[in-house]
Order: sequence, then structure tokens, then C-alpha cells
Amino acid sequence: MTTHYLVLSGLLFAIGAMGVLIRRNAIVVFMCVELMLNACNLAFVTFARQVGNLEGQIIAFFVMVVAAAEVVVGLAIIVTIFRTRRSASVDDANLLKY
Amino acid sequence: MESHIAEITQHTGGVIGSAWLMIAFPLLGALILLTLGRFTNRWGHLLGVAMSLASFVVAVLAFFELIGFGEEQRRKAVELYDFIPGMVKMGLLIDPLSISFALLITGVGSLIHIYSIGYMAHDEHRRRFFAYLNLFVAAMLLLVLADNYVGLFIGWEGVGLASYLLIGFWQFKPSAATAAKKAFVVNRVGDFGLLVGMFVIWTTFGTLTFKNLGEQITAGQTNGAMLAIGLLLLLGACGKSAQLPLQSWLLDAMEGPTPVSALIHAATMVTAGVYLVVRSGAFFFPEGSGAALAVTIVGAATLLAGAIIGCAKDDIKKGLAGSTMSQIGYMMLGAGLGPAGYAFAIGHLITHGFFKADMFLGAGSVMHGMNDEVDMRKYGALRKVMPITFVTFFIGYLAIIGFPLLSGYFTKDGIIETAVHHQPILGWLAVLGAGITGFYMSRMVFMTFFGQKRWAEDAHPHESPLVMTIPLMILSLGSLGLGAYLVLNGTLYRFLSPAVGGDPADAPHFDPFTTPGLATLALVAVGVGIAWMKYGRAEVPAVQPRGSFLTTFARRDLYGDALNESLFMRPGQWLTRLAVFFDNRGIDGLVNGLAAGIGGSSGRLRRIQTGFARTYALSILIGAALLTGALLLVGTI
Repeated sequence: MTTHYLVLSGLLFAIGAMGVLIRRNAIVVFMCVELMLNACNLAFVTFARQVGNLEGQIIAFFVMVVAAAEVVVGLAIIVTIFRTRRSASVDDANLLKY
Repeated sequence: MESHIAEITQHTGGVIGSAWLMIAFPLLGALILLTLGRFTNRWGHLLGVAMSLASFVVAVLAFFELIGFGEEQRRKAVELYDFIPGMVKMGLLIDPLSISFALLITGVGSLIHIYSIGYMAHDEHRRRFFAYLNLFVAAMLLLVLADNYVGLFIGWEGVGLASYLLIGFWQFKPSAATAAKKAFVVNRVGDFGLLVGMFVIWTTFGTLTFKNLGEQITAGQTNGAMLAIGLLLLLGACGKSAQLPLQSWLLDAMEGPTPVSALIHAATMVTAGVYLVVRSGAFFFPEGSGAALAVTIVGAATLLAGAIIGCAKDDIKKGLAGSTMSQIGYMMLGAGLGPAGYAFAIGHLITHGFFKADMFLGAGSVMHGMNDEVDMRKYGALRKVMPITFVTFFIGYLAIIGFPLLSGYFTKDGIIETAVHHQPILGWLAVLGAGITGFYMSRMVFMTFFGQKRWAEDAHPHESPLVMTIPLMILSLGSLGLGAYLVLNGTLYRFLSPAVGGDPADAPHFDPFTTPGLATLALVAVGVGIAWMKYGRAEVPAVQPRGSFLTTFARRDLYGDALNESLFMRPGQWLTRLAVFFDNRGIDGLVNGLAAGIGGSSGRLRRIQTGFARTYALSILIGAALLTGALLLVGTI
């Protein structure tokens, strides 16, 4: 059983990472980040179940809290950028460079 | 040779105990005038004169207190304070030698202060001028009164500074600014000699105080160190006294106001070298020292060089400057002959202080009346319009050429007689120099006061005010009688002998009818005669004639400047150019190359910052993958 969960977790993480790297829409990139976080959550919970204690589950809760906070700040930034630049593409927001 | 130098004793109280006042008065004057600035403009010159006179009064009182003691007790050291603990206690040495100088400096100095009131009346910076003059008097007194070489050196540098400031007093004239710089730089060469000489004295004897040195040297010393000290001190003396080979600054120094030329560059400062040689006599006379011989050779060479330069100058002040060089050459020659010559050297120094200051101030008076014209070809026939200046100048002139019974006759003849006795060749050169002196001084007098008027059209010569002519009269009185007083009966010789050595019983008798004495008079007469034929009776051309090779040689200061230029200036310039090249290409190249390398590589490196979030995400991913890989690898080992 554990192996299946871990494989699923790995697949989800890989999809999320791929999405962050290749998608341009900021919202999608953001969702992919969430996907990676949740893949990690899944791994934590799986290990917690196998080991038989609560620590992994507690960490999963922390991750969720952090993800929620991140969504609040991140979405606010994305909306602001969209309002000023009429675009939600991460490649357009490239002014901070050499 | 038995030494007759008296022992130096400590002294407190009395005027001698307060001799520091002599230095303090003019120093205070300079301080007030320089710090209070414009507020003192109205009465600053009077304060300057008062401070100089106060110093003179102290010097006179100290002199009378000193001669109140017996001859063997006339060397008094006055302790002031611990200057460099363990090395130098600052103190003053009041002895016949230093008090003679102090009287000359403050006496002639005060007269020149008074004269300057009139001469500088129209100068808007007159107050500053008096501040510098006071500074000079203070520094010069420190130079001659200090009882150790460190104090002497401070005074030595102080007079150098004052000389620099006063030569460049009209610094808006580029020539004056350059002349001041030149004097400063050439003097540095001499000061270097004096300083290194002091180092050698310190390492050899472990003391710089005259008293301790006097006690140690009589015990007998190594000749190598003594010779080195003697030659180094001579280099110092050459710089300050404008002797060959450091003579080139004095002629340019005439850019300063005329009272400065009279006080600093004729009467007092330039004689500091003679003072140094006489005061350090012990270093020059271990038996058969080469240093003493070097002093006499330098003196004889300079007296001829100065005289030759004086023959060709049309600028009255430069002519007098050449003559100053020449007369100091006589003093050096005398000072190099040992105790026998000291009295005459100092005597000539004192009488020269009077008659040369007299003539310089006279020249200043002429310039004052002629719109600051210095070219003697534009003078002529001034004796009728400037009678007082003419008479006083003429007395100074007679004194310098050694006209019988005037001041210069006794002292210069004394030097010549002693020189012929000890160093016949140099002595006869000095006789020749006296003849040339007769020529160039007569030329100056004939071109200025006799002959036809060659004045510029807007010149209205007039006699100078009394404030200028009274100092002239007093100085000319000194030029008349001082020499006879000092030399006849050996007065000065006996007075100085406790300080400089020499057996009082050997006081030389003055004998006018010796071969060198008569030869000198004959040569001087010939010189005056030639000058009369060429410049008195004949017309003086208003434009300088081309002249022979010799004339050009003399006009160009014996190519002294050209020599310095090719020997020191050009190689120096090459050296600096080389250094600049090395600095630009070598040092700067290294530093700039390094900076450019770092700048260029960082310029390339910063291209990594693309601004695309995905690039950063990729690098994070790669980093994480590498980290994981590394962990796995470490785990397997």
C-alpha cells in the first residue's frame, strides 16, 4: 500500500514541478506549487500511517496553514500585477534582472 | 695648539638670565601682527619697530652686564627648559661671539625696521611685512643665542622661512614667487648638510650642546668623524651664506623688497654660515684638518665669483648681491684660517653689516625716488637731487672698497694679511678680489650718481623722507668708524678670544705698510681708475652693449643656473618622467587591469539574472536534484 501512495505522491510532485517550469499563466503556476505542497502532504501522511505516530500528520497541517497564507499573499500579488500590466504571464513580470 | 677658549658657566638672574626676552619681544610682535590681522593695520608697523627696539635694548644691557665680568667668565649659559628629555636642554649661550651678533642683528635690524616705515608706506600689506621682519629677527636671534645645535637649527630654519616669505612678499609677481621657491629649495640642500652633520655629532659625541662638546673635543677625537662633521657643516654654511656651489639663490632673492635685501640678504641671515663655522671651530681645527682648507677654498672661490658677477650687472640690487656674495667669501676665507682669522672674519661681518645695509638702503632710497627703476643705465647724475642718499651711499662705497681709515679697510685688510700669511695663494686671490671690488663698486657709484641724466621720461627723482634717511646716516657713521674701533689695538680680537680661542697676547697689530696691504690699495686704485675711464668720464650707453664673452659669462651668473639646470634639474625631470611613466603604465596598469578583469567577469556573470521566474525555478530544481544525488551517494558509501 505504502508504495502506491508514495508513487502517487512522486507523480503529483513531478507534475507540479513540471507545471511550475513550463506554464506561463501565474495562476496555473501557483496551482502547480499547491500541487507540489499537497504531494508532500501525501508523503508525510503516508509515512505517518506506516510508522504509526502523529508527527507526519501534524506537519501536514502546518504545510496546509503555510499554503493558505501563501495563497492569500500570492493571489494578492498576482491580482495587483494583473491590474497594472494587464497580463498574468510570469514571463512578462521580468523587470527585476541584470 | 693651546686652546684659550674659556669655560662656559651656568648663570641665572640679571639681564643675561632674562636674555630670552630678546627673542620673545619680536616673536610676540610677529604673533600679534599675524593673528590680529587687519585690526593692527594702523599701528602694526609701530609695534614691529617697538619690539625690535626693545630687543635691541635688552641686547645692549646684556652686553654691558657681560663685559662687567672678567674675561674668563664671559661665557654664560642660561638654562630655559628641558626641550627633548634625555637629549637636549634648551638654553641660551651669552658669550662675546653671540652677543656681537645679537647687537648687530637687533641694531641694524631696528634701523631697517624704521627705514621700512617710509619705504613700505604705500604698500597695503605693510603690517604683514613687519610681522615677517619681526619673525626674522626672532629666528635669527635664536640661531645665534641657542646653546645647542638643535636650537641653532630651529633658528636656522626660522630665518629660512622668513627669508622665503619676504623674498616672495610681492608674490603677485611670478619672478618673486619663483625666486622665493628657488631660495627655499637651494637652502634645503644646505640644511640637509647641517642636519646630517648634527646626526654625526650626536652619534660621535652623544651630545649637541656647545658646552659638553667643548669639553669632549679637547680630549682628542677621531679625525674621520671630525672631517665629516666639518664638511657637512660647511655644506650647511654654503647654503645659507650663498657660497659656491650653492650661490645661485642670492641674486634672485633681490626680488624681495629692498629692506629685506638689506637686512636678510646682506647684513644678517647670509652671515649665519660664517657664524656656524666660527661657532663650530673645534670641528674644523683638529691639527691639519681638511675641513678648514675646504672653508678657505670655498671662501676664496666665492669672493672672486661674486666680484666677477658684480662687474656685469646693470640691476643695482643684483650688483650689490654679487658684492655681498663676494664679501661673505672674504669672511669665510677668514673663518677658515682659525682663531687668527676669526676676529677679522667677525669684524668684517659686523662692518659689512653696516656698510652693505647702508648701500642697500641707499639703493632702495634711489629706487623709491625713481619709480622703482633698478636699471643703473637709467640713472645717472643723481647726486644733486639726492644729496643725503648720495653721501651715505658714497661712505658705504668707500668702506667696501677699503678706502684707507674707513671700516672696510681695516677688517678686509686684516683678512687679506692673515690669508697671505697662512695660505699665500688664496691670500693673493683675495688681493685680486679687492681690486675687482674697487672696479665694480666704482662702476655702480659712477653709473648711479655721476655722469649724464639717463632717466626715464616720467621719472622725478627726489630725496627720500627723513624716516628713511636717518637710518642711512646712522649706518654710514658705522661704516666710517666701526672698523678702526674694532681692529686697532685688537679690541675685537681680545673681546672674542674667550669664545673662539686665540691667545689674547697675540692680538695682531695693525700695520698698513705691508706688501699685501699696499698691493691691495694699488689694485683698488687701478680698479677705480678703470671704472672712471669706462663709466665716469665716458658716456654710459642706455642700452646694454653686447659685451665680450667674459661679460656674458658674468651677466649669466657664471652659468651657475645653467650648470644646476643641466646637472640637477634635467636629470631630475627625467627621473620624474620615468617615475610617472612607471606609475601610469606599471602600477596603474596593474590596478586598472585587475579592476577591469573583475568588472568584465561580473558583467558576464550578472547575465544569469534573467528576471524569468522559471529560470530560477529550474536552478532550484537542479540544485535540489544535485543535493539529493549527493546525499544518496554519501549514503551508499
